[in-house]
Amino acid sequence: MSQKPEKLIDKKGLRLDGRKPEELRSIKIEVGILPNADGSAYIQQGKNKILAGVYGPRELHPKHLALPDRTVLRCRYHMAPFSVQERKSPAPSRRDIELSKVIREALEPSIFLEYYPRTGIDIFVEILQADGGTRCASITAAALALADAGIPMRDLVVACAAGKADDTIVLDLMDTEDKKGGADVPVALMPNLNAITLLQMDGILTFEEFEKAVNLALKGCRKIYTMQKEALKAKYESVKEVEE
Amino acid sequence: MPTFFETRQLVAPGDLLAEGTYVAGENTYKENNKIYASRLGLVQYEDKKVNVVALRAFYIPKLGDTIIGTIVEVGFSGWTLDINSPYLAILRASEVLSRPFRPQENELSKVLDVGDLVIAKIMAYDRAHDPRLTVGEPGLGKITRGQVVKMTPTKIPRVIGRKGSMVSMIKQETDCHIILGQNGVILITGKSLKDEQLAMMALRKIECESHTSGLTDRVSQMIKKEKAKQKEELNSESKT
Repeated sequence: MSQKPEKLIDKKGLRLDGRKPEELRSIKIEVGILPNADGSAYIQQGKNKILAGVYGPRELHPKHLALPDRTVLRCRYHMAPFSVQERKSPAPSRRDIELSKVIREALEPSIFLEYYPRTGIDIFVEILQADGGTRCASITAAALALADAGIPMRDLVVACAAGKADDTIVLDLMDTEDKKGGADVPVALMPNLNAITLLQMDGILTFEEFEKAVNLALKGCRKIYTMQKEALKAKYESVKEVEE
Repeated sequence: MPTFFETRQLVAPGDLLAEGTYVAGENTYKENNKIYASRLGLVQYEDKKVNVVALRAFYIPKLGDTIIGTIVEVGFSGWTLDINSPYLAILRASEVLSRPFRPQENELSKVLDVGDLVIAKIMAYDRAHDPRLTVGEPGLGKITRGQVVKMTPTKIPRVIGRKGSMVSMIKQETDCHIILGQNGVILITGKSLKDEQLAMMALRKIECESHTSGLTDRVSQMIKKEKAKQKEELNSESKT
């Protein structure tokens, strides 16, 4: 991992893990797997393994943080010490704190916060294994956990990244492509309202490349959205079968 | 004015349910003349109204609701109750004690202590204040015996059934007294533990199959079958 591969894209136009430039990693999503949380979800996206748990709306502590007109949304993004190759300190790092904020702000527009004043909703995102694009996978999982908790939402939120490896615009970057590649553009989307709730860029892209990357990421989002919705409904499908 | 789903279909938050002159009902919202779902549930089209019956939700206090709460804190002039909702409820001492209340003389924890279950009614509630409870009506007050079953509050109407058909059937068949808290807590008191367990089984069945039709008949059949089984066991025991 530490050596730089010669090329991120081989002669056939395939990436290091054999994907085509516009191909997503394999995704597995499960909803409602933590009985102690009000809502929960688990996502596996390539080598990423992420758990999200939601509590609330509930009485907010410390109480002075409560707002008279809406719910306070809080989010904690945390990487387990064993989630990366070199042990990561479990204390929240600068990066963890930033990603907590980014995830919170990506989800905030989707929730009807004004319905439950003086309360709080807590989201906990635990990265069990990381391989690039964890913020996007976290948003996808956290949105599902919110829906599973029965919190009223305008729409689900789904996120996906696009970026540049060598000179090609590629979808859903993994760790090596993210680190050695040219740029990374994570995008979060509310698919039915067609509204972007997160847009970041790190690296250098020309205007044309950026536009191409955003459009590719949006395409990825919509693909993940169908899987996300399927996973959410699958939890209750078993109940429906009894009826038929 | 198209609709995009069929009644009783499972929808997720954000699903477009209808377009045009429809009215947004429960668990839906309207934007740009389009109606979307805001919770995971089963969609229902009634004339011009679009509802979603949520599969998971939490209890929001409503004036006049009967609820069952657990005492979590004993204060100087009243109690704080967990009512299975985002908000804690307050029960004032003067509501419980009929005589004039003096904090120096009466120890509130002797009347109701942490962990006690109370049947109460919502007396006052709005966005700005926590719900206030009252026990000043017959049938309300501390629970002394019975079994408690919890389920998601959206399923309580199903337990009641059409004009109370479901709950009265269970009461009759199991010979138990059942009190439904609108907050999703149900109290069952019967003559014996066996009766109570039978009623609990029936409630669990309703919870699992809450959105299926013809449930009342199936639950009543199940209770009858269980009763016959119990009788058989009793007979075989008396023989040996």
